[in-house]
Amino acid sequence: MSSTLTPAQAQSALDSWTRKMIAWHFSPATGCDYWLKWAKTAGWDPRKEIKCFADIAKKFSHFDDDVLRTEQPERFVPKAYAKRPYNVFETGGTTGMPKQRVGWDDYKTDYEEYSDHYGPDFFPKGNWLMVGPTGPRRLRLAVEHLANYRGDSCYFVDLDPRFVKRLIGTGEMAMARKYQEHVIDQAATILRHRKITNMFTTPRLLENLAERMSLVKAGLKGVFVGGTTMTPQYVRFVVEEVLENKINFAPTYGNTLMGLAISRKLTKADNYSLTYYAPQPRATLRIVNPDNPTELVNYGEYGRVELTTMTKEFFVPRFLERDEAIRRPPCSEFPWDGVGDVRPFQSLTKTIIEGVY
Amino acid sequence: MTSSIHIPVLRLGQTYRSLDKIQFNVSGQPLEISVANSGLIRRDLQQLAKSGEALRAIPCETLVGYMEKAAELFLHGKLPWGDDDRLQSPDDYAVALSQLTGLPHSLARSNMGKVHAAMSNIRAVISGLTRGMPLELFDRGFVRQNGLDVNFFAETTSLGVLLPSNSPGVNSLWLPALVMKIPVVLKPGREDPLTPFRLIQAMIAAGFPREAFGFYPTTHDGGDTLLFGTGRAIAFGSDATLKKYAPYRHINVHGSGRSKIVIGDDFAADWPKHLDVIVNSIAANGGRSCINCSSVLISNNRDTLADALARKLAAIEPLPRDHPDAVLCSFANPKSAKAIDERLNELLAVPGAIDLTAKYRNGPRLVEMYGQTFLRPTLIVCDDLKHPLANTEYGFPFASVLQVPQAKMIGQIGESLVVSAFTRDQAWSIDLMTSTNIERLNLGPYSTMRVQWEQPHEGNLFEFLYRRRALQGDLVAA
Repeated sequence: MSSTLTPAQAQSALDSWTRKMIAWHFSPATGCDYWLKWAKTAGWDPRKEIKCFADIAKKFSHFDDDVLRTEQPERFVPKAYAKRPYNVFETGGTTGMPKQRVGWDDYKTDYEEYSDHYGPDFFPKGNWLMVGPTGPRRLRLAVEHLANYRGDSCYFVDLDPRFVKRLIGTGEMAMARKYQEHVIDQAATILRHRKITNMFTTPRLLENLAERMSLVKAGLKGVFVGGTTMTPQYVRFVVEEVLENKINFAPTYGNTLMGLAISRKLTKADNYSLTYYAPQPRATLRIVNPDNPTELVNYGEYGRVELTTMTKEFFVPRFLERDEAIRRPPCSEFPWDGVGDVRPFQSLTKTIIEGVY
Repeated sequence: MTSSIHIPVLRLGQTYRSLDKIQFNVSGQPLEISVANSGLIRRDLQQLAKSGEALRAIPCETLVGYMEKAAELFLHGKLPWGDDDRLQSPDDYAVALSQLTGLPHSLARSNMGKVHAAMSNIRAVISGLTRGMPLELFDRGFVRQNGLDVNFFAETTSLGVLLPSNSPGVNSLWLPALVMKIPVVLKPGREDPLTPFRLIQAMIAAGFPREAFGFYPTTHDGGDTLLFGTGRAIAFGSDATLKKYAPYRHINVHGSGRSKIVIGDDFAADWPKHLDVIVNSIAANGGRSCINCSSVLISNNRDTLADALARKLAAIEPLPRDHPDAVLCSFANPKSAKAIDERLNELLAVPGAIDLTAKYRNGPRLVEMYGQTFLRPTLIVCDDLKHPLANTEYGFPFASVLQVPQAKMIGQIGESLVVSAFTRDQAWSIDLMTSTNIERLNLGPYSTMRVQWEQPHEGNLFEFLYRRRALQGDLVAA
């Protein structure tokens, strides 16, 4: 689906949205306790000094997401939402006290936009199955909302990534494999006994499931994945062998703080290299020089992923993700910068527990 | 510059070009290695039954013939470099192997000779492993031996092997599996994809069915997939690797060798006659093998032996890769050499150990020469086996020398892959043969590097892959 905006128009819309959101979050009438108190000690007034999105990078330092662990979630409730009970969403695989964010309608907005991007030929009408982290995660409600928004219903099989991480961290590989089998057993059972047309899962679970059965013969038409690094080889393997070149494949990049970045449609020239585009203007991804995060890297170069989220519900400026990616130019579907071949930050120089779920 | 040579993944008979690649440059020639993702390996492992069928369709005697023919092709033949029509001569292989692994050309060639010998002696190897059972055992599942029907069955449909890069000779370990009709699934070492690929090409050219071979350059995750997806697997690695896989009976881990020479009372005064054997044990193959000697225990005359050894070892100098007398290997990753050097210096600060080679060698231990990074041979005199340098090993000519009373040696050496016991003392020989911490025992003044084809190396592959079943009644067997 092509965008109706040019890159210049998209930039202008982002600047305008930035002013609106800064006004919202730093106004005593609508902002939250955390940011209003922050502004009092900051020594500058964002409402006066932030005129465009570029000013965010100039004026704000990097958001420390540890405050989502240490501060009470109530401190992030905008005054305008004070009378509405909120959802508490937790980030994925963290152990110990989890990081939490509050939310109301953002996940619905994100997933409705995502849904609108894909027509009924991509995700045909029918039941959905989600196999992945549910529990306190935004994803659980989001995927069900996606199904409901499309007029469908959703089955669920849970996977607890914190438990998997713990097993791997303590070297209990055999137990990790048993747990994975337990999850796949449940998913395979649902697929065999219920009419499932579309599925959300993680790439690893998807390939494990396809080792049990042909997903094409199981009746799947569309698959939406997110969660771990996918190299071009991995994407090719999923498309050609796991999905047998017959099931529509929609990889995404996202998390609790950002929402959902959609991948542009793969062309032959991409050679299976994925590029994701943030749900701008609500969230913006920049690829910055890890040694000097105020500057962007050139197109085609790897840098660290920096996220800025600006919705009425939540404000996160310049959060440095634990990922790195290639900066890619705007495309016809998304007239702003994309992030390509995402992988864990400095994954070439350190060991990372990833990819089991 | 010519176009890249591409070494593909071999998916049980099918070549596959991955989009993930490792790139090398060999004398200006780009070389790409396809890297398999773990899911791809798991899918292929589901097809192993067909690989086994292909091997079982061929009489074992024929497979032995194929192996003998493959030995000649490996040593002398022009075989595919990768997945196009370019061919690799033995010299091409040796030169490229040398550049990727740091082995000098001379050692690359001698390792080719070792692997060739393991292949051409396959009858003796198999006979040694099965204790002389006829080859038809692998065709029929049973043989009659000394009037008794003996039935063995395969406990696995494949053998997975995680290969190291330190020395191509270790490839000889998995070769007999093919003759025993067990398909192999190999993960080559990062710096040596060439040897297993050339071996597979030689074996296919000799007649082995393509589908009997899986060749998967892959990540750690892929390696684990291979270890846990095959019914029997072999991994090489450090003590940490050993610990990681110790709980899994189907995985045989080859950790540090900690091979030793023990010199008994009756040889303690005669050591000068055997000095060259000891030097060979320490320095042959650049000190890279797990069967290289890393500790010498003598019951008397430690200091004179150590001094003579240090002089001999210190005289071994780095030479260019293509020098015919080169013995030392360079390090493919210079950071590893630096880390070893720093670790040795750190441990030498612990009282009770002296680097005796330091005063004889022509410069520091860590040295850059001929565009490569080397560690010069190092001999440590230790006062006590408890010293952290007394019973350890590194991938270059390194050994400790200790004086230990003969009666205490067996109890103190710990797990040792090879022990060469220089003794004629019958009672002590029996004690050595009944000890539980020695994998391979050489009785007499022999190098730890000695190989006898009829003896198993690092465990018995046949017993690892096959299991005997009690067979009673004679209706079918007769």
